[in-house]
Amino acid sequence: MKPDTILLDHGSGGKAAHRLTTDLLLPVFDNPMLNALNDGAVFHLPGGRLAFSTDTYVVDPPFFPGGCIGDLAVNGTVNDLAMCGARPLFLSVGLILEEGLPMADLERIVREMGRAARAAGVQVVTGDTKVVPRGAADRIFINTSGVGAVPAGVAIDSSRARPGDRIILSGTIADHGITILTQREGLAFQAAIKSDTAPLNAMVAGMLAVETDIHVLRDPTRGGVGTALNEIAEKSAVGIRIHEDRIPVRPEVEGICELLGFDPLYIANEGKLLAFVAPAEAEAVLAAVRRDPYGHEARIIGEVTADHPGRVVLETRIGGSRIVGMLTGEQLPRIC
Amino acid sequence: MPVKHIEEYRDREIARRLIAQIHAASRKPIRLMEVCGTHTMSIFRSGLRSLLPETITLVSGPGCPVCVTAQREIDQFVALARREDVILTTFGDLLRVPGSGSSLQQERAAGCDVRVVYSPLDALALAARNRGKKVVFLGVGFETTAPTVAAALLSARAQGVSNFLVFAAHKRTPPAVAALMAAPDLRVDGFLLPGHVCLVTGTRAFQPLVDRYRIPCVVGGFEPLDLLGALARLVAQIEAGAAVLENAYERAVTAGGNAKAQAVMEAVFATVDAEWRGLGVIPESGLKIAEAHRALDAEACFDLSVPDVPEPRGCACGQVLKGLKIPTDCALYQKTCTPMHPVGPCMVSSEGTCAAYYRYHGGEGA
Repeated sequence: MKPDTILLDHGSGGKAAHRLTTDLLLPVFDNPMLNALNDGAVFHLPGGRLAFSTDTYVVDPPFFPGGCIGDLAVNGTVNDLAMCGARPLFLSVGLILEEGLPMADLERIVREMGRAARAAGVQVVTGDTKVVPRGAADRIFINTSGVGAVPAGVAIDSSRARPGDRIILSGTIADHGITILTQREGLAFQAAIKSDTAPLNAMVAGMLAVETDIHVLRDPTRGGVGTALNEIAEKSAVGIRIHEDRIPVRPEVEGICELLGFDPLYIANEGKLLAFVAPAEAEAVLAAVRRDPYGHEARIIGEVTADHPGRVVLETRIGGSRIVGMLTGEQLPRIC
Repeated sequence: MPVKHIEEYRDREIARRLIAQIHAASRKPIRLMEVCGTHTMSIFRSGLRSLLPETITLVSGPGCPVCVTAQREIDQFVALARREDVILTTFGDLLRVPGSGSSLQQERAAGCDVRVVYSPLDALALAARNRGKKVVFLGVGFETTAPTVAAALLSARAQGVSNFLVFAAHKRTPPAVAALMAAPDLRVDGFLLPGHVCLVTGTRAFQPLVDRYRIPCVVGGFEPLDLLGALARLVAQIEAGAAVLENAYERAVTAGGNAKAQAVMEAVFATVDAEWRGLGVIPESGLKIAEAHRALDAEACFDLSVPDVPEPRGCACGQVLKGLKIPTDCALYQKTCTPMHPVGPCMVSSEGTCAAYYRYHGGEGA
């Protein structure tokens, strides 16, 4: 009989582990390299430069409106590769499962990983599963690593922002972070918000097709847009000026931020990018972003300046200006 | 929860007109104090200082409840956290506040059961689910927070949840403003009074202060246009030599305030003299749990005696809270005292004056 929870046996390397691989994982990720069940995948690559990235996912809760830890883990590494200008090709998947995880949860997560991989056009070619005793992990942790091919002429780097560059933001901010926050125990908002987790590789391919020389690309995940812009300002030794009235925030998300005292500029996103582009190319690249299904709400939110190097300055809605600093510590909800 | 109405109070054109009005009216150099942490944050977030004439200096008063919580009380919170039989529940801001030796965040990392909640009712629900433990809620805050804590306590009694306890460290705003106004070294020409507090207390709680000390006071809301409107009225009063209490937040605040909230506070709390960090003891400025509800009072149920430890040396929080100094005047600011490692209470809460300065005025790399 098929057990309805994960047991330590599933990580033993024995029969149960084999069944988990052949009955669940192989059918979902189905490709010859994985199906061969060798110790590693062997594949041909196009000539030129490769991008290689890894990320580990521990999100709590593992299921949330708009996605789950599975598609998040695939999209996250796909996006990290895309932010290098690379075309993501192959992923590895490492699963760390807590004993007692419902089998139905694992099946759902793995199916979402398969769906996300197909949507992004990448193949999961190697993987690993470990099971740890109850309490040694929180339900499920996932590591994904990936390789991608970087087209010739692409030189994206966070040190390449130049005065005059326009800053494109691909859509609304803070959706993911606020969704996760509202799902955690003790916070019961009845708002229709969902995570923005999405693959951005097709968007980036579309952008590179109209302009190879994109200076900087970043997906503002943890720390949000505020932190990402500060890192770029510092690495490029330039100033950054952004305009509050051009930064899209969903009204529901803004409402929760107001209520809890959060600044949406520091809240995580999982399907948005920031692009720094020379002024002459900015409109064409913006149009390319907007053609992508995940970029309809893209805006030019600001520009790079020679003034105040290393600093990010926000022009507020009423025309004032203030510095957007690095986030320090965890944002904590206010009490009055 | 759509908040479409917010945009109306951030209109650039109306803001421009109010700013022009303030520039035209303001002649003599003045110092205005906002007495609310949310005002402090809103002023920074909207970049309002950059739009005001040089004649106007905004200083922040003791308006962040976490900041004014006495070090001794934080030490008592830590002592509670260390008890095996207690689940300690708190609003998030309190976690990082340093006591004399530790903070709730450090205690949580060391394995104590400290949980952040967003409402005292969440703490009550937790108590109902954990009957084997005492669930203590830390009641820190002004008249804005105290009514919900009082309501949770009454609700606990009604439901018979006897393992729900409250440590009340609430503060009353009018006595603190009165103490500032009475201070001989006060350097403030007008007060921006806290809209949220007045929503509960009504403007009448502040009327006697204005009558007695003859200092201009205007109740203000929290959106940029609310703030600009209130500041314009303060400037007009000062330039005209007037000193009256005005309400520039009429869409929310009335003279009498919220009678229901006042009644629930009256039912649960007793007014006591209270110690404010940096300011000392202010008469009748605290709210503790009344004798009738002793069974739910954490201070009555546990022995929370802690040693007396002097507050950190060199910290200028007391003078910052009085408006005598701005954060950059403090020798510790940005050197040994940062949001990651706060020394004084004004650096701890995101609404503390020093933390707000650090975040929006070019803290790091400045």
